Formats: sequence, C-alpha cells, structure tokens
Amino acid sequence: MIVQGVAPEKFGLTAVDGWEEEFNGLCDSAIATLKPNEHLSLELSGESTQFTRLNNSKVRQSGTVAAGYVSMQLIDGDRTATMTVPFTGDRDLDRAAAMDGLDDLRRELPQLPADPYVVMPENLGSSRDRHSGKLLDPDQVADALLTSVQDIDFTGIYASGAVVRATGNSAGQRHWFATETFDLDYSVIGASERAVKGALAGQAWDQEKFERQVGRSRSQLITLESQPFKKIKPGQYRTYLAPAAVTEIVFMFSWGAVSEASVRQGESPLAKMRDGRSLSHHFTLVEDFTQGTVPRFNSLGEVSAAEVPIIVEGELRNTLVSTRTAKEYGIQGNAASDWEGLRSPRIASGTLAEADILKELDCGLYLSNLHYLNWSDQPGGRITGMTRYACFWVENGEIQAPIQDLRFDDSLYNFFGPNLVALTDSAEFVPDPDTYEERSIGGVTTPGVLTNDFTFTL
Amino acid sequence: MDQNLSKCFDYLDIDADWVGLRLITEKSTSRSVRDGNPESNSHSRDRGLMIEVLANGQFGYAATNRLTSESIQAAAVRAHRQAIATSRWAVYKFSADVRPKAVGTYQSPQSARDDLSVADTVGLLRQACDSLKVSDKIIRTGASVRTIETEHHFVSSNGSDVHQQFRIAASNFSATAQDGTITQQRSDHGYSARSHQGSLDALSEADVLARAKRIGKQAVELLDAEECPDTCTTLVLAPDQMMLQLHESVGHPLELDRILGDERNYAGSSFVKLSDFGSLVYGSSLMNITFDPSVSGELASYGFDDVGIPATREFLIENGLLKRGLGSIESQQRSRVPGVANSRVCSWNRPPIDRMANINLEPGESSFDDIIGSIESGVYMEANRSWSIDDYRNKFQFGCEYGRLIENGKLTKIVRNPNYRGISSSFWRSLVKVGDASTFQVFGTPNCGKGEPNQVIRVGHASPVCAFENVEVFGGAG
Repeated sequence: MIVQGVAPEKFGLTAVDGWEEEFNGLCDSAIATLKPNEHLSLELSGESTQFTRLNNSKVRQSGTVAAGYVSMQLIDGDRTATMTVPFTGDRDLDRAAAMDGLDDLRRELPQLPADPYVVMPENLGSSRDRHSGKLLDPDQVADALLTSVQDIDFTGIYASGAVVRATGNSAGQRHWFATETFDLDYSVIGASERAVKGALAGQAWDQEKFERQVGRSRSQLITLESQPFKKIKPGQYRTYLAPAAVTEIVFMFSWGAVSEASVRQGESPLAKMRDGRSLSHHFTLVEDFTQGTVPRFNSLGEVSAAEVPIIVEGELRNTLVSTRTAKEYGIQGNAASDWEGLRSPRIASGTLAEADILKELDCGLYLSNLHYLNWSDQPGGRITGMTRYACFWVENGEIQAPIQDLRFDDSLYNFFGPNLVALTDSAEFVPDPDTYEERSIGGVTTPGVLTNDFTFTL
Repeated sequence: MDQNLSKCFDYLDIDADWVGLRLITEKSTSRSVRDGNPESNSHSRDRGLMIEVLANGQFGYAATNRLTSESIQAAAVRAHRQAIATSRWAVYKFSADVRPKAVGTYQSPQSARDDLSVADTVGLLRQACDSLKVSDKIIRTGASVRTIETEHHFVSSNGSDVHQQFRIAASNFSATAQDGTITQQRSDHGYSARSHQGSLDALSEADVLARAKRIGKQAVELLDAEECPDTCTTLVLAPDQMMLQLHESVGHPLELDRILGDERNYAGSSFVKLSDFGSLVYGSSLMNITFDPSVSGELASYGFDDVGIPATREFLIENGLLKRGLGSIESQQRSRVPGVANSRVCSWNRPPIDRMANINLEPGESSFDDIIGSIESGVYMEANRSWSIDDYRNKFQFGCEYGRLIENGKLTKIVRNPNYRGISSSFWRSLVKVGDASTFQVFGTPNCGKGEPNQVIRVGHASPVCAFENVEVFGGAG
C-alpha cells in the first residue's frame, strides 16, 4: 500500500527539534558574511501542525502542515530592508535561500533613502524555552473527537503540534521558544441552528476532560433549544458579557488602540485618555507574560517586562511602544512588537461571584459571544458587532429565552466607562484559535463584564 | 523542481484513488513611506508543495516546503494516512470525478513597460507624501506599493497539468487630518482597494501626485464637514463602497460551503438556503451579479481554479433572481446546486475551499448625473472604512470615509463619518438605480478571510454607482 522504507513525517516537537541547531547555524553563517557597516536581525517562525476540520460530527478535511520562515533585517549604516525566505530545516536549502536573500538586500540598500528611525540590534541577553506536551497521534484525532459526539452536530477545527518562535542577531543575542500545544475550537449546533461555542486548548490532551466539556455544551444546547427565540427591540439594555465576548472586545485594543504610534498618528481611541478621559475604576488591562503561553521576546529579540500595565483602574498608564516608535518620538520603549498589539492580555478580575451573575444582571441580556467587531468610529472609541451563539434575555435574575441576534454599536468609553457595573471574580483563559498564515499561540485572560445601557441598534 | 513536478509521480508509490501536487511559488515586495520617511522595504520569497491524496473516498493532505524527494514521499505518506484515518468519518465520499483531468495555462496581463526602479518607486512614494500634506492639519501621510508574482503549478495522477502565473500590483495613499478633537482619514478608494493584476505601470507620477493632493484636500475638508445626518433616506454608493457591499452581502452568503455548514464554527452560515437557488428573488430586477474570472486585470482573474476546473463567467443573480451558488465542484456534488470554478487556496499550505473570485455587479443604464438628479434627498458615500455583518450575512453596518448630501438632485455639503446599516435580504430589493458603464470601476481586496485553518485570499469586485431607497444612515460618535 505504501512505498517501502519511507517513514511518515515526524510530528510535534520531534519534528522541529533539529530546527534550533539549524537556525542558530543559519544565524552564524549569515552573520559571518556581514561587512563592517552591516548589522543583521533574524526571526524564525515555524510550525508542524495537524489540522482536522469537522462538520456535523464528521471530518470535512484533514492534513498536516510543516512550514517555517526566516525574516532577515539587514542594516547598512542608516539604510535597512527586510527579506523573508522559507525555512525547511534542511541546512543546504536554507542557507542557500538566506544567502541569496541577503545578496538581494545588499543590491537594494544603496538605492534606498536613509531611515532616521532604524533600530540597531543589541545583545540584551538570550533565552531558551521548550514546552513539551502530550498530544493525540494525528491518525487518532478523528476517532478521539468524534466517537462520543455522534448524537449531536459537532463542528469546528482541531489543530495540534509544535510552534516555534526564535530570533538571532549580529550583536550575539539568541532566543528560542518552542511549544507543543493543541487547540480545539468547536460549536455544538442544534436542529434550529442555535449553537453553543466551546474551546479547549492546552499542552496535554485529556479525553475525559474533553468529553465532560462537550457534555456541558450539549446540556447548554438543550436549554437553548427548549424555548422559542425572543426578539429584542433595538435600545439600551443592562448586559452581561461572558469572557469569550469580552475577548472579542480586547482584540479591538490591538487594532490601533494600545499602540503608541496609533495614539501619535491620530488613530487611537485611547488618545482621549491623554486628554483627561478615563474608563471605569473597575477596569484594568495588563500585558501579562507570566503565564508563559507566548514568548516575551519580540521579532527583534527585545524582551518585555513580565507585566506591562496598560490601563490601571481606568487610567491610561502605558501604551505599547516599539523601539522604532520610541526612537521617532524620543520616548522610552517597552519592547512591544513592531505592530504594537497585545500579545498576552489580561483583564483584572472584579468581585462579582459567578453564582450571582444572573441575580446582578436582573433584567437584561446575557451574551456568551460576540462576532465580527469593527470600529464604527475609531477615534471616538465606538465599536460595532453582532451577538452570536448562546445569548439570552434575563428577567428577575432568571434566563427567560434565547434571543435573535442583535447588532450593538457603543463606545468603550460607555461600556468600560461609567456604565461598567462589575467584573466577575474569576478570569478565564480564552485561547486564540487564529491560524491565518500560521498557528497562533496564547490567548486572552479575562473575567466577565456586567455593564449598563449597552446600545443595540439593529 | 517546477519543470519536474510531474516526475514526482515516478517515485511516489501511493496506493490511492488519486494524487495531486500543487506547487506554489510567490515573490512579493512591499514598500511604504510615512511622512516622507521610509517605513518598510520588505521582500518575501515563498515556495512549497501541497500533496492531496484521495483514498477510501476521503482526501487527506500534507504540505511541506522541503522540496526533496524524500520529504515529498514522506508528505505523501502522511496525506495518505490522514485520508485513511478519517475516511470512516467522511462528510461525503468523493471519487476522482471531483478532480477531472485539466491541462492549460493562464498568465496575468503583461505590462508594456518595465516597473519603476527601486529608487524611483521610493522617490515617488516620498513625493506622494509631500502632495498629501496639503495643510498643517495633515498629521500623517502614508504611501505604499506592493507587487506580487505567484505561480500555481498543479499536476495530478490522472494527467492534469495546469500552470498559472499571476502578477499583482497594489498601491495606497492616505492622509490623516486633525483639528482639535476631530480626526479624519481619507485614502485612495479605501485601504488596498487599488489591487489588480498587472504591474505598477499605472503609477505615473502626474497621476499619483494629483490623486495624493485630492486625498489630502478631502481629508482636510472633512474636518469642517457636518456629521452625516441620522435619517432614513436614499443612499448612493460609489463603486469603491459597492465593492464591500457586494463582498459581504452577496459574495459570502452565496458560498455553498457556508450553506453546507463547513463554516458554521468560524465565518458563519448564510441566510440563503440550498432550496433558494432558482427561486429566491435576491434583489430588484436591476441586480445582475456575475462570477467573472475573465476580466482582464481584475484581481482574482484566473484560467482554472486550484483543483483544475476551467473558470468561466457565470451569472449568480440575473434580473434579481438567484441562479447559481459560489460552490466548487465538491460543493456542487454535496449540494446538487449549480456552482462555479472557485476551489481556491491562499497558499501551498492550505487545502482548497469555496471562495469568491471576481464578483461583479453588471452595469445598468443610468448615468451618474441621472442617478443624482433623480434624488430629492439622500446621501452619497465613498470608500469603505468600517465593516461588520452577522454570521448569516444579514444584519450589516458599514462605514465610509467620505459623504456628500444629495439635495434637490444635486450633490451639496460634504458630511463626515457616514455610516449605514441594513439587512441584506431586504437591502438589495431596495436597489433603484444602477449606473451605466461610465460609472463602472474595478477594485480588489487582498484580505478576504475565511476557512479553518484560516485563509486570506485575493478577490476582485467591480461595480457601477448604485442607489438604494429607504436606508438608515447615521454619523459618528461626535
């Protein structure tokens, strides 16, 4: 059946274990070619992933992806350009691609104007992190996921394997971060097309935990389907946003809000906080690397503080400042990524006990998830989006009925401002299932949020 | 490697019903200048192979960028094992019928001129920043270009050999104006809207600088403009906003894989049902929507989709009636609904799924002056800046960069922060005017996201100016 003598590809960290030596060797080889005025920073991003896509408790597509890229920023004096080439783990292929790329950059640099904000590589210390996991064998994924869900419509994506992030530079700095994780993002969907969303992520697959969680989703779906939809008129309602819903709003902070460059260049809604606006004193947002789910170093190998407070008790304490932005505006950087987005955000918990959520909500909307958010007025801080999945109308502290999806359109200066009533006393880690270009790692840690007069428009 | 792709079958020894190899090579260059200073000059080289194996009625895939015979063999084994391991759970038992033999080529339109040199390109971007800064109230100027050369080479065990070469160019110019607490941004028809096949030869200096000056001037004009009124009125959309309107409220809802449920955990489903094809009145009789991969220079033109199905122009909606879905050959088998050649991948490392390509609204008979002249009271909007729609592609809210009031048949005051909202299934039935060919413009977006694992793909949209009645419009936060 299968050609003799050919072993299947390795999986997980074993598939990328040789990459560290090859990447460091590639760094050494490239740096050895530098001329006196030249400097070089290299960044590796790679993965060995198995994907299983599910529809209605069956497999729609499944397969594996082994991919890696090395980005090289070459600096010659005050001119700079970047080249990204494939990284395969094969020494000869990778070095040939890198050297060709460097040659192209060397031909280009003399034609470019000087860059006044070019960031020179530094050696501020090296690091090495390797987090091994216990993942399902790729050939066993479908059986493990689907055997126990044949009575329901179970739809979503399972991704697992190794993810690598690494940097090196001509100042001698090296960072290596490799982690072995799985990420299951699913919906349990009823006959009426109502659905309950769930996520399970980690480093060790636990079949019993998976089946228990899906059991809870199944129970929630029964509740969701047991009552007819209630159509809610547009207006303002007291609203509870569950952690997954808050996570969608937190993602918006990375879209031109917490970035210092965005503040300086007229995009950020947080610019108003420099002019005296504030959010609720209940609201605290921290860039928190202490959980170790993502590397603390950025693409230049700069290491962030373990915690960077962004908004503390409603006041803007820090924005995210890349070294390039710092140089441009003559301010202190904080090792932010070049796009100055949140990499490991955490919203501080409050005091609302989970058991009291419905009682405190009293009369209003319980929203499990939000969908497709966008700034409707970015400088004004107004966000629009949809409700999705298990969302309910609540009266007298009791769930009355699921709702038909609603569009909201409201300012974070309202719902995280004076209208914010309380945050729950426990935070939840909501994994980031994003797989655009490469598999994401990390997620958002957040409690649920109770807010008054959340505005719905359609 | 490319020339020898078919030779991989000489050493692959897989006992499968069908095997396909898709080699994708891509080179791209991005240059951006902000406030006259270089912000980035970056290049990317990518090359990798996707192996698809059909066994027991199920496809398995494996993607690798290590293009050695040993690695390709190992990837084939992995793909085969995936197919076997999941075949008892297959959504649908496919046969090799969904990968018919195809042989052919496609090439993007070629330029008669060479692209600008590196120094000239960056020099032009810096000049554009100067032109964008028409006033001290302009606090940020940005100018960028991107070129992409992509080759898709697809071969299969049943003799397919399809080689397609795409050359893509995109540009953007933007200005941000600020006065006190008011900030407004204007760009060149919306972010990345000027994306097309071909080269950057459209970047003539005189044209770029004139466009940049207009963009800067309009950004400043918006500072002093009134907020868009909150009212229900006639809405006229320019082609650069029609692009987004088509994309979100026609393109996505007609994707058969959404209707078949594949996307329900991520991008969502659709308000359209399989039973609606052939019977649903989607819009007014002025609405004619085509899937048209044959428009020269439009961003998503191609000769074949990524499983080798020849691509042809098809009416999705004709005179308002829904006729055909955006469904690949696999979705057509699963749904028994007529579809198009739209099984597409964004990269060598993602499997093919149903995608838009060029989704266009065909021109009507009204001139721009006829449209505006026929409206007693309304709002005209240009260039998308905000977009959001529900997971059934029904309740939407879109925002634009630039608006003008329409009063007594004339364009009058500029209005800022123009937004509108509606429901797809009723919105298109309120289409009352469709512009003629003189109002027709072609745009594209490189950022259509969908799929699990996620894929971002390039799509084209072309449209004339259109008018819709009884639309809820409104302004910003103030």
